[in-house]
Amino acid sequence: MHPIRAFRAAVLNVSASGASLIALVPFYLVFVNALKTQPEASSMGVELPLNPQWANFGTVVDQGKLVTAFLNSVVYSLGGTVLAVLVSALAAYVLARHRTRRHQIIYLLLIMGIAIPTNFVTLMKVMQVTHLVDSQIGMILLYAATQIPFSVFLIYAFVDSLPRELDEAAFIDGCSPTRTFFSVVFPILTPVLVTCGVLSILNIWNEFLMPLYFLNSTSRWPMTLAVYNFFGQFQSDWSLVSADIVLTILPVILIYIVAQRWILSGVSAGAVKG
Amino acid sequence: MKHRAYPTWFAGGALLLYGVFVLLPSLLGFGFAFTDWNAYAKTIHWVGLDNFATILDPSNDYLSAIQHTVLFTLATTVLKTAFALALAILLTSGVKRLAYLYRGLVYLPAVLPVLVVGIVFRSILDPSSGLLNSTLQFVGLGALTQHWLTDVGLTIWAVIGVDTWRGVGYIMVILIAGLLAIPREYYEAASIDGASGLQAFRHVTLPLLWPVLAVTTVLNLLYGLRVFDMVFVLTNGQYGTSTVYTIVFDNFSRGLYGVATALSTLFFIVMVVLSFGVIRAMRPREVA
Repeated sequence: MHPIRAFRAAVLNVSASGASLIALVPFYLVFVNALKTQPEASSMGVELPLNPQWANFGTVVDQGKLVTAFLNSVVYSLGGTVLAVLVSALAAYVLARHRTRRHQIIYLLLIMGIAIPTNFVTLMKVMQVTHLVDSQIGMILLYAATQIPFSVFLIYAFVDSLPRELDEAAFIDGCSPTRTFFSVVFPILTPVLVTCGVLSILNIWNEFLMPLYFLNSTSRWPMTLAVYNFFGQFQSDWSLVSADIVLTILPVILIYIVAQRWILSGVSAGAVKG
Repeated sequence: MKHRAYPTWFAGGALLLYGVFVLLPSLLGFGFAFTDWNAYAKTIHWVGLDNFATILDPSNDYLSAIQHTVLFTLATTVLKTAFALALAILLTSGVKRLAYLYRGLVYLPAVLPVLVVGIVFRSILDPSSGLLNSTLQFVGLGALTQHWLTDVGLTIWAVIGVDTWRGVGYIMVILIAGLLAIPREYYEAASIDGASGLQAFRHVTLPLLWPVLAVTTVLNLLYGLRVFDMVFVLTNGQYGTSTVYTIVFDNFSRGLYGVATALSTLFFIVMVVLSFGVIRAMRPREVA
């Protein structure tokens, strides 16, 4: 290769790996410090631990009530996601297929939710009246509601790209609308439903503000709130805080590694294809 | 046949959940914003525009919170777009090997809880033992060390910096998809016409990427105006970093529901106006 070109390629490669490194440093810090003793971790330094303290993880699981918090997070993210994806798919399907004026208004109203902010204060009033404050069912319904706008938006665009003959044929053959949807359309929607599902699980898992407003009992707290509380209690002990963080982000990182394709396509689909 | 094949009640579940938990609270806000609703009195009274007067009174901290929110939003939008565009171009045309890996790594901070990112940066930005100041000292730039999270005036920029670091990968992924959608032939034609790299960027890349940049800008604006987690964890809204949502939470915790609702409602109106921009930008091309 020409020397100037080789030099240019080297500079570009170094910049790309440099950017990746900057993205990784904080996670590296968390992982190494999670295995240190408290004095070793006091400065949250980059050195490797002298003697890996695997027991830190046991300590935080006990002290931070992480098993309950983990199960709560699983219940909220799966419950909210399944509900949101199901109702969004049903809605997006009819709204995309049968474009009456009324349906267009419903669609615009639903996707407006991508932009409008939540009024947490009056939402508290709604939660009180419906007896959903400090309740797990309440969190699931609330989270489902927050994931509907973007899911409807993505699924609507996908339904739009499918040939109409699919569902029309099934309907003419005598399938009821419900049967047509669940046995013919739903299976074809799988790719976009997986994308919506993964994005929604991650959003709910990472969310922090809803439980802060609407959950009082520690026994119903999700991982994020448990970590925040743990950080407040053990602020000076970075080894335990790091171990707690590792356990919180590990599931997210695993989902990210497995489902990266769907996450990245979902994130860009809205903006580029749409 | 159509209306029987696609019954409107299919949209009922989504409408019900969305209506009760998203639309209804926003509509109720228009009523409660004009009351003295609070945690200490049993009855609620109509107070007209008092809450709005409280918000607009410069001796309270509401106006400065709005100012911080606007600064945060504009700064993160510009910084994220600039870095994301540079990285997107680097990873689509500069670097061939490992480009997928780099893209995955730069996006990583955006999939993790903001809360966790904030906690980690509380340690990195610690003035005495944090990684940033010790690195600066190590490379002989000790003069640049700062009290990043307590120095009024500087702290908002530290929060902006951390949030840019966290959010740049998200914008980059969208821009990469946008860049890859530009047909190669345009660049070939440009180079046959003797265009330099910079000219090709100016006359091919930018105009064709414009719609995508519009979308990322709107997404950045919407995120910035709503920011809460990052500020709450890094500074709890102190040292000149309070934002609309941290101050709403603050008022809510102090039981001042009327003022908190009035602020939320003002904010709602601003966002609805902006949201028409989103819908226009995101509407499928063939319909528009």
